[in-house]
Amino acid sequence: MNDWLTTILILLPLGAALVVWLLPWSNQAAGSLALLAALAEVGFWINGVVRFDFGNDASLQFEQQHTWFDDLGVSYHVALWGFPLWLVGMTVVVMAAAIAYAFWAGRDRSRAYFGLMLFLTSAIVGVFSAQDLLLFYVFFEAMLIPLYVLIGVWGGAGRLTATLKFVIYTMAGSLLMLAAIVVVGVQEGTFDLPALQSDNEWVFVGFLVAFAVKAPLFPLHGWLPDAYRESSPEVAAVLSGVVSKAAAYGFLAIAVSKFPEPADDLQPLVLALASVGLVYGSLVAFRAPDLRGVIAYSSLAQMSLITLGIFALNDLGSAGAVLQMVNHGLLSGALFLLAGVVERRAATGEFARLGGMARGRPALATVLMTTGVIALAVPGSTAFAGEFLILAGVFDQGWGWAIVGASGIVLAAMYMLRLISAVLHGQIGASVPDQALDLRPAELAVIVPLVGCLLALSVWPAAITDHIPY
Amino acid sequence: MKPAIDWFALSPSLALLAASALALLGAVLVPVVARRIFSAFVAAGGFVAAGIFAGWVYSETPEATLKIADTITRDRFGALAQIIIAGAGLVAVGIAFGQRTRAEHVGEYYALLAAAGGGMIFLVQASDLMTLFLGLEWFSICLYILCAIEIDVVSSLEAGLKYLVVGSFGSAVLLFGSALTYGATGELQFGAIAQAIETKGIANDGLVLAGLAMILAGLGFKASAAPFHMWTPDVYEGAPTPVTAFMSAATKAVALVLAFRVLVTAFPGEEDLWTIAVAVIACVSLAVGNIAALVQRNLKRMLAYSSVSHAGFMLIAVAAASELGAKALLFYLIPYGAASLGAFGVIAARERELGERVTLDNVAGMGWERPLLGVAMWIFMLAFAGLPLTGGFVGKFYVFAAAYEADRWWLIVAGVIGTAISLYYYLAVVRAMYMRMPEVQLAPVGGSPPREALLQTSVVACFAVTVGSFFAVEPLIDLAEKAAAQLPL
Repeated sequence: MNDWLTTILILLPLGAALVVWLLPWSNQAAGSLALLAALAEVGFWINGVVRFDFGNDASLQFEQQHTWFDDLGVSYHVALWGFPLWLVGMTVVVMAAAIAYAFWAGRDRSRAYFGLMLFLTSAIVGVFSAQDLLLFYVFFEAMLIPLYVLIGVWGGAGRLTATLKFVIYTMAGSLLMLAAIVVVGVQEGTFDLPALQSDNEWVFVGFLVAFAVKAPLFPLHGWLPDAYRESSPEVAAVLSGVVSKAAAYGFLAIAVSKFPEPADDLQPLVLALASVGLVYGSLVAFRAPDLRGVIAYSSLAQMSLITLGIFALNDLGSAGAVLQMVNHGLLSGALFLLAGVVERRAATGEFARLGGMARGRPALATVLMTTGVIALAVPGSTAFAGEFLILAGVFDQGWGWAIVGASGIVLAAMYMLRLISAVLHGQIGASVPDQALDLRPAELAVIVPLVGCLLALSVWPAAITDHIPY
Repeated sequence: MKPAIDWFALSPSLALLAASALALLGAVLVPVVARRIFSAFVAAGGFVAAGIFAGWVYSETPEATLKIADTITRDRFGALAQIIIAGAGLVAVGIAFGQRTRAEHVGEYYALLAAAGGGMIFLVQASDLMTLFLGLEWFSICLYILCAIEIDVVSSLEAGLKYLVVGSFGSAVLLFGSALTYGATGELQFGAIAQAIETKGIANDGLVLAGLAMILAGLGFKASAAPFHMWTPDVYEGAPTPVTAFMSAATKAVALVLAFRVLVTAFPGEEDLWTIAVAVIACVSLAVGNIAALVQRNLKRMLAYSSVSHAGFMLIAVAAASELGAKALLFYLIPYGAASLGAFGVIAARERELGERVTLDNVAGMGWERPLLGVAMWIFMLAFAGLPLTGGFVGKFYVFAAAYEADRWWLIVAGVIGTAISLYYYLAVVRAMYMRMPEVQLAPVGGSPPREALLQTSVVACFAVTVGSFFAVEPLIDLAEKAAAQLPL
């Protein structure tokens, strides 16, 4: 019962962050230390997978519980089980890639920067493993603090507006969640997640709004384009790949499973919003003038699709949603890093000034092509498996939803192909330099593992879908 | 007949009175060179002694008893508040030490600080309308002078005068309310008032209600709860920053703790009425404080309005009128007090560095120049906003829990909206410090920025309390629980 693994996964990056912050490292040393910590984190996670008892995946494993404040029944209670295990895996892999990318690209004030990235890792892992509502909220909010600074200090020209929007949107949502947590916790006399069951509509809405902002769901996505455009590529990768999954996790593990009745009542509303978001996001992605715009809005569309799966409220839908969460985390991480790679070479992400980059850059072309093709859910890819399951799940709730979902997948093909051809093919763009700089070994080392994970999942998506206890 | 006097219960305020007297003597007897060190040391010693005595009283008081002809209550509720006040005073001395006050006032400065602390510490254990008024005037008069102590600074004089006029008005209202209550009940002692109201069946008597309302308003002035907050921004801005720091943490603590005590011991019969009144004042404070803070550029003014909104938050706990509410109030005071002392400490450091008022514009880039103060300020702002990893979060959580338990979910809504608004201006400070670069490199007065060990230590102590109260909730809430259990709830 008393196994330290989950706690280590939470505290290791936090400890490393403190070490990076407090000691006078050089830029190089701070970056290497952070990367080392991130890789160690991956190692611990692999250790966890090896020791995980998959026969018993609905039960909490690597569990620890310590009282935090007794009178209201709040405790530090963390554990891993079924699907959060995979989300944690996705998190540590994408965070390691993001940290490696930042290390390679070089960031000023790198002690502060890498410390914040590590702190963020802790918070996200905490979100996925917290088994106490208040603790969950603490980690959920703690994600915001490093993100705020990471975008606000190291972002692009419009970063101040971007951070302001981001913070106000997300905090407005999460404060509603805090109110909901207080109500449900005091009502039930405990904040312990496994024991919680409630049918309070208002409380459910509080959670729903908080997660809908963070995901984001239409129409609460106002912060998204600015935040994804103005942050540095690796932060955008983390934001869209990992942080948005915290919201999807919240939908699945808290909103839907702890509030079954209200979830059932509000199902049509959420499905409708997700459908609108899916089509709207895909259309905007198709019309977006730049790389980041496409990936940002495709993220909105993908999160809507995942929400569709979750709110199908059946096993198929949730299985697809979980698989797609992992897929999209890796995909959008890889895509944002690739966008960063392209922007470094052409100094712009605008399609009007890009094009023909495949010429003389076989590695870039191959990697971008592979990622793009998986992202558009070509049959045989893991994204196809995930989206298929989601559609099958949502079909049970009415064929109309499935049609919307399917149209979203068609649109995904359109915008991904547009992205690929606008960057790689056609006339050589005005901003594309003549020297054919291909992906460097360091860049390959960052992005190829992500693509490798995707290929591995394409071969064996059942690794995830077989272990979802819903 | 001379009543039996419990010197032990009075020991915290006596320690500070002694320190005050000693510091005043030092102002005459100690040579000028050593005067600052001597008086600061004496005042700090007084606060430490008061804290230790209060802690001792806390541990030696298994149940609440009335002492000295029933005019003061010796209980853990008061003792815990005394510990908080003593801590605030100690930190204020640390922040004040580097302040360039005029040499001829330095002894008086610390003497008054210690005396004000003594008055506050006396006030929180008052259980009689006379001792209440006595304690209130005792510390208020000290603070009036402290606000105006830099007589060559016009704004300081203005602050002192404003505080004097408005504060006296508040005291007069409170005194009038006390007189009305006495007139209606014939009693001064809180418990006796409650009893008289019950036996005479005058719970809805006009005199009693008017008295209650005026006492509440008078304490509202001291707690700077809206609509009794008009003096706050000007006084906070004009007063010397260490004094502002002390006022924002300690005065508010005293006024709110005492308000809770008066309301639950003297007016339990009118609970239905005053909880609504307090809840309304809380909402008004949240609205006024947060909205007015949005447009401030001057950091001290901004924090003044933020303190109004925090008074609103703590009044939510008061309005719960339950043990959980008392617990929430006491707990909230710890991180709030630390964050507000620390934030004013950072402002004081910047003020001394620049030699001018601190605004959002001239803290640009400060976070990178002074990492320690920058990170500390960041944490204090997060604590005010009630974000996790600071005790402010736990405090806010307890306040919400108390409001929910008292069946006032709309206070939670008000608190949530207030917090959402407050994020804008709290984060504006972080944004200015870390995300903007100074447009013109400001030349610090007198070369490189002064690094004051004592001020930095004080800020670090506040930092430690702010963060520590997030992790060590259990021991602190345990103290608060034992304190709250001794109230007649």
